[in-house]
Amino acid sequence: VATVGLFYVGIDAILEQMRRKAMKQGFELNIMIVGQSGLGKSTLMNTLFKSKVSRKSVVSTPEERIPKTIEIKSISHDIEEKGVRMKLTVIDTPGFGDHINNENCWQPIMKFINDQYEQYLQEEINIDRKKRIPDSRVHCCMYFIPPTGHCLRPLDVEFMSRLSKVVNIVPVIAKADTLTLEERDFFKQTIREELRANGIDVYPQKEFDEDSDDRMINDKIREMIPFAVVGSNQEYQVNGKRLLGRKTKWGTIEVENIAHCEFAHLRDLLIRTHMQNIKDITSSIHYEVYRVRRLNETNGQPNAQPPNTLVNPQQANGVAAQHQVLTHEM
Amino acid sequence: LLKCDGEGARAVPLAGHVGFDSMPDQLVNKSVNHGFCFNILCVGETGLGKSTLMDTLFNTKFEGEPTQHNQPGVQLKSNTYELQESNVRLKLTVVNTVGFGDQINKEDSYKSIVEFIDTQFEAYLQEELKIKRTLHSYHDTRIHACLYFIAPTGHSLKSLDLVTMKKLDSKVNIIPIIAKSDAISKSELTKFKIKITSELVSNGVQIYQFPTDDETVAEINSTMNGHLPFAVVGSTEEVKIGNKMVKARQYPWGTVQVENENHCDFVKLREMLIRVNMEDLREQTHTRHYELYRRCKLEEMGFKDTDPDCKPFSLQETYEAKRNEFMGDLQKKEEEMRQMFVQRVKEKEAELKEAEKELHEKFDRLKKLHQDEKKKLEDKKKSLDDELNGFKQKKTAAELLQSQAQQAGGSTTLKRDKERKK
Repeated sequence: VATVGLFYVGIDAILEQMRRKAMKQGFELNIMIVGQSGLGKSTLMNTLFKSKVSRKSVVSTPEERIPKTIEIKSISHDIEEKGVRMKLTVIDTPGFGDHINNENCWQPIMKFINDQYEQYLQEEINIDRKKRIPDSRVHCCMYFIPPTGHCLRPLDVEFMSRLSKVVNIVPVIAKADTLTLEERDFFKQTIREELRANGIDVYPQKEFDEDSDDRMINDKIREMIPFAVVGSNQEYQVNGKRLLGRKTKWGTIEVENIAHCEFAHLRDLLIRTHMQNIKDITSSIHYEVYRVRRLNETNGQPNAQPPNTLVNPQQANGVAAQHQVLTHEM
Repeated sequence: LLKCDGEGARAVPLAGHVGFDSMPDQLVNKSVNHGFCFNILCVGETGLGKSTLMDTLFNTKFEGEPTQHNQPGVQLKSNTYELQESNVRLKLTVVNTVGFGDQINKEDSYKSIVEFIDTQFEAYLQEELKIKRTLHSYHDTRIHACLYFIAPTGHSLKSLDLVTMKKLDSKVNIIPIIAKSDAISKSELTKFKIKITSELVSNGVQIYQFPTDDETVAEINSTMNGHLPFAVVGSTEEVKIGNKMVKARQYPWGTVQVENENHCDFVKLREMLIRVNMEDLREQTHTRHYELYRRCKLEEMGFKDTDPDCKPFSLQETYEAKRNEFMGDLQKKEEEMRQMFVQRVKEKEAELKEAEKELHEKFDRLKKLHQDEKKKLEDKKKSLDDELNGFKQKKTAAELLQSQAQQAGGSTTLKRDKERKK
């Protein structure tokens, strides 16, 4: 760094120092994928991260089986790009929504999420604790909505209503290549209205916009969600270029073409622009809410299982109300 | 607890550009929006140029008058400044030891410094332990770097220096510097540095080592570690050298240029403290010094991670137990106080009753006395009245006799007298 006369102190060199530290430490990201089987969840994960990161790709199963109860299966990968190392953990939830009676299918998922908060909390309150507490908390839960084109199903509403209070939910319309653009827009609008009507705050939550710049950017995103996505691991030759796509008799759907589907928007949001923000909301809001609740349990035995039901899932302001509670007392 | 261990992470190659290489930028942007804070503690005797050095380092004039030498004890004065360079906003806090080394008896000099550092740790710990907390917007006041100013005697460290640094080395990152080093010649300086370093080593003082684990900065940090303690000169005055204005100190025999590396180590200090290792200083403070404080404090308060039967205790359990104990004590005290109060009230009541009784008795006595007096007076009055009447009668009789005698020996008067006397 060249000194320009006497007037440069070098305070801004801290940015470079931070960058160096981040590169050395690497990053962690934990994504959960939830939705009925057959909605292309694994394919989408592989498309997002341009490699075989989904559990299915790794663990070869002799036959497609739907487990009797919902299972939570996670798999981690170390990926690296331009010197930046990331530990990506994909958490799959086979069995969700696949049974005849899907009552309480959200429970094991809620329990899993809370268990990760619990694990973090236990480590955090240790006397002798690790330098860097391993972060297994679910940063983002992608919820796959089947492309019916009409409206949300009761299961969708129930799940998102409950889970949006403890984790960042990113809803996506799966296999969107079965919807025309008009059908897609109508579907999205209906979904947005239904989310609003049920008080479901999906990511990016309005309450957590930090300033007016944030709000402006996030408002645009909120106008577009849920993203209608198509996933693919196959490349095809289109106009002289090799592109990821799905080939049909009537044409090739280009996954990364925003005129065809919104995959690129999802990828940009999740990975290129808002990844840090998603993690921050998880650690400074969702985790803190859990911690407050846990530490306030005066009658409970500290080693008892944390509650996995929230008292009033239809509460109008969801996470916002809890956030208010959090910021009110100071 | 359902653990998420991910079946062991394996490396997978990427078939194309995903885009998470933007993560460091995302992280940096967030920090820029948030702003940074850095807290420096300057320990050293009065007159070693601490304030001037800070002014020189940060290229600004921090306010404050030069400190006096007649302080009764060592005080710590802290000032916070908001600095900005390009898009980086820094909240810089400079803490100065006022009166350090001025006392005749310096045995306790280090105590207020240690106390100050511990207070900042305590404040952070309290925030961390709160139920509803806001760690991400907490203004961190923990000391990230302690610049220890060594007087330029040219001989060795003073015992005060050794004692103080020994007390501080497990609590803060110490960077020793030789102050006003333009007072020492170059050859003396080399000997001085060697002496200081060997004294520090032989007394087991752990000073801050510039980190050498990151290959980008390992070389420069390693070199700089060999130049400690830095011999610095501070100056906010500018002198024209050639066609440039430079920070310097002008003497009749020459000019000491602050930013000339042949003249002093100021540039090295600035490089290490600010441009290369500011973030590491902050991290070491948090992950090493603060953790040590926290561990000791919690153990002191009676918390532990496992009990003798190897059952893990949770902080909350112990906290609950302590809280109940405390509440129990509190209740007992409350009860005692209440008893005492009731007792006092009773006693007072009895006293008052006693007093009332006495008053009544007194009143009765007085009343009786009064009545007796009244009777006596009345009796006396009566007897006086009788006397008065008797006297009046005698007087009238005597007057009559006199008038009869005056009416000249008339027998009639005698007769009348005789008749009268009947």
